[in-house]
Amino acid sequence: MEIEEFIFQNKIIGKYFFFLLSVLGLHYFHLNDFYLQYVPVRGESVIGIVTNKGGDVFRVDIGGSEMGSLSYLSFEGATKRNRPDVKVGDIVYCKMLMAMKDMEPELVCIDSTGRSAGMGVIGRDGGFLHCCSLNLIRKILSSDCPLLKLLGKTLPFEITVGMNGRIWVRARTSTQTITVINAISTAEYMDNTQISAMCKKLSEAFIEVD
Amino acid sequence: MRETLLSNCEREFIKKAVADKRRIDGRQAYDYRHLKISFGVERGCCQVEIGDTRVMSQVSCQVVEPKQARPADGMLYINVELSPMACPSFEAGRLSDFGVEINRLLERCLKESRCIDTESLCIVAGEKVWEVRVDVHALNHDGNLIDACSIAAIASLAHFRRPDITVSGDEITIHPASERDPVPLSVHHMPICVSFAFFEQGKFLLVDPTDKEEKVMDGRMVIGMNKHREICTLQITGQMLLLKDQVLRCSNIAVVKVTEITELIHRALENDRHERSKGGKFGFAETVCKEKLTTNQKTSTPLDMDTVEGQMATEYLHGSDESDSDSHITSSEDDDDSVVIMDSGVGSIGLGGKNTWNVDDEMEELKDEGTKKSTQKSQKTNIDKPVPGAGNQGYSSEEETTEILGQTAAKQTTESNRKKKRKS
Repeated sequence: MEIEEFIFQNKIIGKYFFFLLSVLGLHYFHLNDFYLQYVPVRGESVIGIVTNKGGDVFRVDIGGSEMGSLSYLSFEGATKRNRPDVKVGDIVYCKMLMAMKDMEPELVCIDSTGRSAGMGVIGRDGGFLHCCSLNLIRKILSSDCPLLKLLGKTLPFEITVGMNGRIWVRARTSTQTITVINAISTAEYMDNTQISAMCKKLSEAFIEVD
Repeated sequence: MRETLLSNCEREFIKKAVADKRRIDGRQAYDYRHLKISFGVERGCCQVEIGDTRVMSQVSCQVVEPKQARPADGMLYINVELSPMACPSFEAGRLSDFGVEINRLLERCLKESRCIDTESLCIVAGEKVWEVRVDVHALNHDGNLIDACSIAAIASLAHFRRPDITVSGDEITIHPASERDPVPLSVHHMPICVSFAFFEQGKFLLVDPTDKEEKVMDGRMVIGMNKHREICTLQITGQMLLLKDQVLRCSNIAVVKVTEITELIHRALENDRHERSKGGKFGFAETVCKEKLTTNQKTSTPLDMDTVEGQMATEYLHGSDESDSDSHITSSEDDDDSVVIMDSGVGSIGLGGKNTWNVDDEMEELKDEGTKKSTQKSQKTNIDKPVPGAGNQGYSSEEETTEILGQTAAKQTTESNRKKKRKS
């Protein structure tokens, strides 16, 4: 059982509050607030931008205070001879392997079985990367937010969501991509009924263009 | 501090979008973002917001000795400060290249165009003159700092009042504001800078570039102009070559923009003057709308559906009694590219073929019904029911039945009965 100690106004009350919640069976909880900067957490999937290649390691910017390091060998099918095709400026979808407050974060693009499971370089053939706040990310990923499903009914699109506040979207045309991104960012302060209304308006106005 | 590198994906996308005449925030190529000018309680304090870019400028004055070469002229001194608050790549203290560029540009635009009458700033020729100082601070950088700084500088100069002075023989009395009303500066004209960003060797141009567009652009042109169509300054930076007619076209666009912006500044000044004379409250605190939670974070982005083109889909939203807010789209079998909806939350786009997981008998039956809208289908949908008070509306697509509480539950059961009857 993990009790995360958040810096509450009164630390002691905070600890007891979380202890109470964990007694009630809730073991993971977030205090949701408007955050823009990402704090690396082990196991989260993030979208990073490769800024540097050096030695055996890529330096990846994940929006936190430190750059993450991504080894050449952490890609599917990569060996010392067979290096992955990653250039500076590419976007990678990876998982946090190690994230401690005293060390620089480490990232990998394979899971424990050695398969990529969708991770790796994304955005090679188009799409757009958009930065937003962390609470918006959690909101759209939560199971009771209808936004992505409703949007997907009218506009087919591909989306990758990184927990560090970055979203990569690709739809058929650039117009549609821009529409999806704007719909997601305007949904930040909307509740579910407003989201449904907005998606319905979009579906009325907009239809696929070949 | 380093700034986040712009990824190749974003770069390509912005270039492609500009070539398609699209911008990320949905503006047209010649549109400005939402421009807001507000004045503070102190005279000469002005804050300008262009979208998310925010700058604040403050005017102050003091009595100094004039320059040797111009003993009867006052002095105007302009200083633009870029701090890490605006953008992490700005260094505190040391002025970067961009900082020097902005400073020089504003100097040329405001000082050398003589927008302020410096001779009226003279108190005693050769001995004492007013030195007026404009300090512009960039608070947030989201593109187009130059325009924002120039608007803030000239608006604050027009807003500023200097203390009144009486000269009697050798004695000079500077009256405080409580004794005599402060006197405005004499502003001849209002020069305003308009920025143009160029892409693809000058082929495409955008007005008021955002931060991302600025990182991708080939070069920038800044035209400083006043509403009398006089060009005060013109500067082109970057790696591109422009044709004559492009420069002329930009100056024509700039005329329109400068007229609008000057009108806006005058209106803001008029509002502020009105409030002050009425004895009402004025200042930055009054310009903030207090009723909304997101008042300082975001202006409402209107959903603009007009620019989106295409043809209307056939057969959608046949309103049944309970699902008229349903956005369930039925499929048309002929068009290969359209989304084929099997069930709520399950669909396929032409190429992949039918869904082969979890294909129930019920779903087969639904698909066979084809495009005819049926009320049975509507029972399966589990979205878009603004039922008052229902928080979690159960949006997972795996659920076959909805968790809608209240009156619709009764309807559901009758329809499931009807459906069972149909089956048998």
